[in-house]
Amino acid sequence: MNFLLGAFKPACNISITFTDGKNRKQVPIKKDNGQIVMNPLFQSQETIAGKIHIDPYQGKKVEHNGVKVELLGQIEMYFDRGNFYDFTSLVRELDVPGEIYERKTYPFEFSSVEMPYETYNGVNVRLKYVLKVTVTRGYAGSIVEYQDFVVRNYVPPPPINNSIKMEVGIEDCLHIEFEYNKSKYHLKDVILGKIYFLLVRIKIKNMDLEIRRRESTGAGANTHVETETLAKFELMDGAPVRGESIPVRVFLSPYDLTPTHTNINNKFSVKYYLNLVLVDEEDRRYFKQQEITLYRLKEEAS
Amino acid sequence: MIAEDDEKWLAAANAAVKQNAFYMQRAIDSNNLKDALKFSAQMLSELRTSKLSPHKYYELYMRVFNELGTLEIFFKEETGRGCSIAELYELVQHAGNILPRLYLLCTIGSVYIKSKDVTTTDILKDLVEMCRAVQHPLRGLFLRSYLAQVTRDKLPSIGSELEGDGDAQMNALEFVLQNFTEMNKLWVRMQHQGSSREKEKREKERNELRDLVGKNLHVLSQLEGVDLGIYRDTVLPRILEQVVNCKDELAQCYLMDCIIQVFPDDFHLQTLDVLLGVCPQLQPSVDIKTVLSGLMERLSNYAASSVEALPNFLQVEAFSKFNYAIGKVVEAQVDLPAAGSVTLYLFLLKFTLHVYSDRLDYVDQVLGSCVTQLSATGKLCDDKAAKQIVAFLRAPLEKYNNVVTILKLTNYPRVMEYLDHETNKTMAIIIVQSVLKNNTHISTADEVDALFELAKGLIKDFDGTIDNEIDEEDFQEEQNFVARLVHNLYNDDPEEMSKIIFTVRKHILTGGPKRLPLTIPALVFSALKLIRRLRGGDENPFGDDASATPKRILQLLSETVEALSDVSAPDLALRLYLQCAQAANDCELETVTYEFFTKAYLLYEEEISDSKAQVTALRLIIGTLQRMRVLSVENRDILTHKATGYSARLLRKPDQCRAVYECAHLFWADECENLKDGERVVLCLIRAQRIADAVQNMTNASRGTSSTGSVALYVELLNKYLYFLEKGNTKVTGDTIKSLAELIRSETKKVESGAESFINSTLRYIEFQRQQDGGMSEKYEKIKMEWFE
Repeated sequence: MNFLLGAFKPACNISITFTDGKNRKQVPIKKDNGQIVMNPLFQSQETIAGKIHIDPYQGKKVEHNGVKVELLGQIEMYFDRGNFYDFTSLVRELDVPGEIYERKTYPFEFSSVEMPYETYNGVNVRLKYVLKVTVTRGYAGSIVEYQDFVVRNYVPPPPINNSIKMEVGIEDCLHIEFEYNKSKYHLKDVILGKIYFLLVRIKIKNMDLEIRRRESTGAGANTHVETETLAKFELMDGAPVRGESIPVRVFLSPYDLTPTHTNINNKFSVKYYLNLVLVDEEDRRYFKQQEITLYRLKEEAS
Repeated sequence: MIAEDDEKWLAAANAAVKQNAFYMQRAIDSNNLKDALKFSAQMLSELRTSKLSPHKYYELYMRVFNELGTLEIFFKEETGRGCSIAELYELVQHAGNILPRLYLLCTIGSVYIKSKDVTTTDILKDLVEMCRAVQHPLRGLFLRSYLAQVTRDKLPSIGSELEGDGDAQMNALEFVLQNFTEMNKLWVRMQHQGSSREKEKREKERNELRDLVGKNLHVLSQLEGVDLGIYRDTVLPRILEQVVNCKDELAQCYLMDCIIQVFPDDFHLQTLDVLLGVCPQLQPSVDIKTVLSGLMERLSNYAASSVEALPNFLQVEAFSKFNYAIGKVVEAQVDLPAAGSVTLYLFLLKFTLHVYSDRLDYVDQVLGSCVTQLSATGKLCDDKAAKQIVAFLRAPLEKYNNVVTILKLTNYPRVMEYLDHETNKTMAIIIVQSVLKNNTHISTADEVDALFELAKGLIKDFDGTIDNEIDEEDFQEEQNFVARLVHNLYNDDPEEMSKIIFTVRKHILTGGPKRLPLTIPALVFSALKLIRRLRGGDENPFGDDASATPKRILQLLSETVEALSDVSAPDLALRLYLQCAQAANDCELETVTYEFFTKAYLLYEEEISDSKAQVTALRLIIGTLQRMRVLSVENRDILTHKATGYSARLLRKPDQCRAVYECAHLFWADECENLKDGERVVLCLIRAQRIADAVQNMTNASRGTSSTGSVALYVELLNKYLYFLEKGNTKVTGDTIKSLAELIRSETKKVESGAESFINSTLRYIEFQRQQDGGMSEKYEKIKMEWFE
């Protein structure tokens, strides 16, 4: 029995460590099974280096046709599950074919890797980065080990950032003017603004601001669009009268937001919208949606 | 039903609050900030309910309020543990629902201010601005009330340790003002919530919430550093702007009252024109009179309490401002009922009397304004207005306690013109009573004229009114006042006094048949008093054309009394004629005396038909005539003759008898030698005795029926004889007396006369006189009677 078990066990244990693994920031990532794991965080143009340890089990030797490590950037569409599209693929050969008898360590380095896209976990699409170590064997099947890591790219504040200002209404019923101080927000930003009531003939019960994410995947006729409401923030309670102005102040930090992604590798886009919703006493909803751009601002080292 | 539901919802909400508060407390105990925030937000969510009535909502609010106290302390401790307060300030704003978010924000905000990490101003501004997000009136009101409550003790003021500069303090002011404005808006808006069917109930509920709004004004007044300048330039205009703009009756009324009650008197005085300027801009339905009266009352008290304040009143011309403002209000509020406007003037008048008691012109001005107002509305008809105007007219009277002062007010009578008859009379009584009570000295004819003009409600009937239902007693009482009033008019100068009398007469004669009998006597006696005074002084010191000669006055009286005879009060007229005759006699005016007698006789003959009245009248005539000295022999004869004639024609014999023996006196005047006609005296007595005999016969004829009168008559006669005997009438002889005495004795033997005591005392008197020394006993010697043995 033991023998048999031993036969199906992988012959060795592979582990991957990053050079600055102890100091590098870890961010939580939700896996398929719902588990949340911490993964190291990188950004584009960083050098990804580390060590790979291959540890054969007691008394075993590993015969192989070579050892390599790959850095893969993958997009996975959920309707096409299991099919990964690699938009980045780098390979480092670590060993020529041979045998491993005891623990062996291979340093590796991908220097200044171009990783243009951020890690993204959406409803219908996932973009991830992974290190893949392969111990190639012939008949026995290769031994593969993965190490996910996260990529986030920071951008400087946009030079032009106009406010959003708009007057909307239903004739002789409701006229409002709203103003958000910017059109582009970073992820920890605060939305400030005001809602002016120019004409109110309906009995408003309350007013909310929703933050919505619109994720579109695929292209052409196969485009899938998925919209989620990430936040519902009450702005006003009760019925305003003409001339009232209601302040808007929404902190974005509590919400799980990502930067806006436009046409990532022709596969998907992620856009954000502010949706202003007024609800009247008969629970009718009046809303106006405005796109905003989210970007990731380099956090101050604190 | 609804109240029950209310109760149920409140209980549910209370339970939820209690539970969440428990969890919150547990989180606090274990320093779990996240949970503390979570449960406090949940607890606060209970305040989002729309189901509760304001009253119940208040209960719920108070419960939550108490819990928030713990949270505030926790926040404070949390900052001590290194959690940045700015972070906390942001953190609470992550709450998804607006109401809990803002309550938490206010709570942390108050901690923030205390921590001095940040300028108070910024936080206050932020809080008051953010609170705009709650537009639901009830919830907004309570939220802002909470804001006011937690920031109250943290507002910067001059010298406060938080921030010293004036800017911060102005900003604090701004904060309170803004919060006030917003709260008031919400409060006003409440009335439009829900169906119009329940409007009344809603207004009642709204009224219960008014103190939430008013508290802001209280805070303002307590705010240190708010001096007159700031009050005048910032605080008041801002408040008033809101008051005017909200266009809501309830709010305007309450807030105006609040302003008046909350801020110091001195401020009001200095900003009077601003405050008053607002009044006409208020809604027509606002009860301005309550507002203004409150203000005037306060200022009156202020003036009363501190003497130093008085110059300020003058300086700011408080009176003219009030007067002007009230005029404006009345003008602006077309629908103001007469009672309302009169009440306004009443308060102004009271204020004026309090503050400017020495400025009669002001008082008159108020009256004048009132007249102008009344002239637009016409006569006052409703009870309320009448009551107010009586109070209005009464005020100066009570203040000065002197009608003479009132008479100087030219507009006073003009106001009275607008009263209905009943009220006019009431007012007249009040005026007259004031004179009587204070014993006011009214000494010129002009004043008297004015006074009677004022009191004309008492003096005469009004055209076209028939007072059927006047209580006789009341009426007499009223006229008694008039009579007493007449006696109160007095001037040492006879000339003026006579003018007064002329004036009084002029007014009194308009009184009509019911009043004259009650008022004329007073006038007559007052005039007679003057005549007596004139007689005592120099003979006609004024020359012939002066009005104050006795003759002229008597002439006047004659005419006056004549008015009485026209109104079927002949008894009274007769008496007065006789009084006048007496006065004329005293003034040695023969013709006038004769004239009066003539009138009296005529009255007797033509008007007095009742036999009892005749007896009385005749006695009076005889009595008066007896004392006449100025009459010539002829005239006297005529009058005496007439009187005796009347006596003989009386209906009842005993009356005849008595009248006739009274007439005997007409021929005998003690102090006047040429008026001692002993013979005619005796003749009279004999005639009287004859009548007594006739009576006696009649009595005997119908014995047993009644009268014992004749014996009494004889005794009376006996007394007369004795009288004249004593006076020295030589024609009275002892025989006559003796025979009369005999007659009496025989009569008393026959029958129980009932006059024994009279007889006995007469006899005792005779006995007594006889034993006296001197002349008397001599005279009595003649009438020794065996009766006495």
